Amino acid sequence: MNNSKAKRKALFENIIHGIFLILGLVTVGCVLLITIYLVISGIPAIAEIGPVKFLFGKTWASTAAEPSYGILPFILTSVYGTAGAILIGVPIGFLTAVYLSKLAPKGVKTVVGQAVSLLAGIPSVVYGLVGMLVLVPGVMKLFKLSDGSGLFAAIIVLAIMVLPSIINVSMTALNAVPEDYEQASLALGATPVETYMRVSVPAAKSGIAAAVVLGVGRAIGETMAVMMVSGNAPNMPSLFESVRFLTTAVASEMSYSSGLQRQALFSIALVLFLFIMLINAALNFFLKRDEKG
Amino acid sequence: MKLRSILGITICSAMVLSMAACGEEAQTSTADNGAADTSAAADNSASASDGSNTVATDGSTSMEKVIGALGEKFMNDNSGITFTYNPTGSGSGITAVSEGRCDIGLSSRALKDEEKEKGLTETLLALDGICVIVNNDNPVSDLSLGDISKIYTGEITNWNELGGEDSEIVLIGREAGSGTRDGFESITGTTDSCKYRQELTSTGDVITTVSQNPNAIGYASLASVSDTVKAVTVDGVAASEETVKDGTYVIQRPFMLITKSDAKLTDAAQKFFDYALSSDANEVISGAGAIPAN
Repeated sequence: MNNSKAKRKALFENIIHGIFLILGLVTVGCVLLITIYLVISGIPAIAEIGPVKFLFGKTWASTAAEPSYGILPFILTSVYGTAGAILIGVPIGFLTAVYLSKLAPKGVKTVVGQAVSLLAGIPSVVYGLVGMLVLVPGVMKLFKLSDGSGLFAAIIVLAIMVLPSIINVSMTALNAVPEDYEQASLALGATPVETYMRVSVPAAKSGIAAAVVLGVGRAIGETMAVMMVSGNAPNMPSLFESVRFLTTAVASEMSYSSGLQRQALFSIALVLFLFIMLINAALNFFLKRDEKG
Repeated sequence: MKLRSILGITICSAMVLSMAACGEEAQTSTADNGAADTSAAADNSASASDGSNTVATDGSTSMEKVIGALGEKFMNDNSGITFTYNPTGSGSGITAVSEGRCDIGLSSRALKDEEKEKGLTETLLALDGICVIVNNDNPVSDLSLGDISKIYTGEITNWNELGGEDSEIVLIGREAGSGTRDGFESITGTTDSCKYRQELTSTGDVITTVSQNPNAIGYASLASVSDTVKAVTVDGVAASEETVKDGTYVIQRPFMLITKSDAKLTDAAQKFFDYALSSDANEVISGAGAIPAN
């Protein structure tokens, strides 16, 4: 009697385990499916156009009578745009995280924390809309340009969009620093700010690095918001010129594309995917190092 | 730990390789159709020729709204008939109908003589006017067709050359492949040579951007233009339903139904053809932003 009950229990456990395994495999399956699909549909166009011409060509004119498919402008724009966003977003985000984690009074901490969560939840099309209606005309007036859309506006929007991930992840890392370290430092006569910047931050550096990498991932993958403020002309990047990112190149032409143009868009998506993989590898590296340290 | 991860990677890569091998078939079929999302419509058009209860149309992307609205109304009124639309572009649509791959081809330009010689007939369904729009604060209110093409090819770069203020002209256009862009560029003779400052992906975005920037010029379908922007007169003629219809407003294009001259349409296709050209359809066509021709 008792034995069969135990058996039934074990069977039940096994079934539940099986269901969890299948659910876990769904994610793996999706990733594999996307990877394989992108590789298969991205390779033919690269082969037809030629990898060097595709990756380093400076002109993109996909619907011209004599089409040319060079995506160097898109790659550089994505790299510059992301770098710019990180350059602006990281100092702000990092210092906000230190303040919120160590220095802020409880009330301020709650309010700012809520604001950051809200910022993370705003849909990107809203960022784009506000950018289009407020930021672009603002940039135009501030710098006395004929048109405000372009790389600069996109960088500002991206910098704001990466803030929540940088703040949240850095804060988690800073909160995890053992209190003993800080108390030891304070006991030795260091001021609180000295303690946080010299002791807490170095102790949390892997987590902060992970936050930066996460921000890079967010910035490079963003589409809708940058599409609405960057102008979308396939120029080589310059700060106030109209530019096109890897993501927006795919999104803006996909709906009407056909033939080699469509295949080339898949190839762009493949390049973007490789970038994201690199970023993920970097993220894993930092997190692993944290575990060991 | 290390051993395990190596094992994991090996298994994963083995799976990828084996699935990649299976995937080759899928790849060729995608390439054949050119567009994955249109494959369903292509299947339908194949069966349409058998005289089943399907009306297959194929062609101009600019006609999407008009044809979509007509098709929806038609299917509501005639249960049992399936209506399909394959947005491939005017050229592809004309080829498709001459090869019998669809019942009715859709073209947003008139047929060329050599296409007519191949035994195709065009029937005017509707007209579409494309407005040239500027910011409400811009003093310029009339442009000649020649000026417009000079502006878009970058020959004229400052508004003061056109009687406006001394500021750079900001060219707003649509993305490559857009029907409106194709129509605008072919009428103004600027195909592939426009120096766009911004390429936006919807009519709404173009209108918003032009309304935000006093230096901007853009183009948009007649039906979508409201008073947030100013539509300039072209050679002195303002775009309106009347001026488009009598041909005095020049930036306009026809929406054509293309059929074979010698072959008879299937019953279902004939029914749709008659419906689309009847006065009952006029409301639907104007609702979709075009000007009914009949």
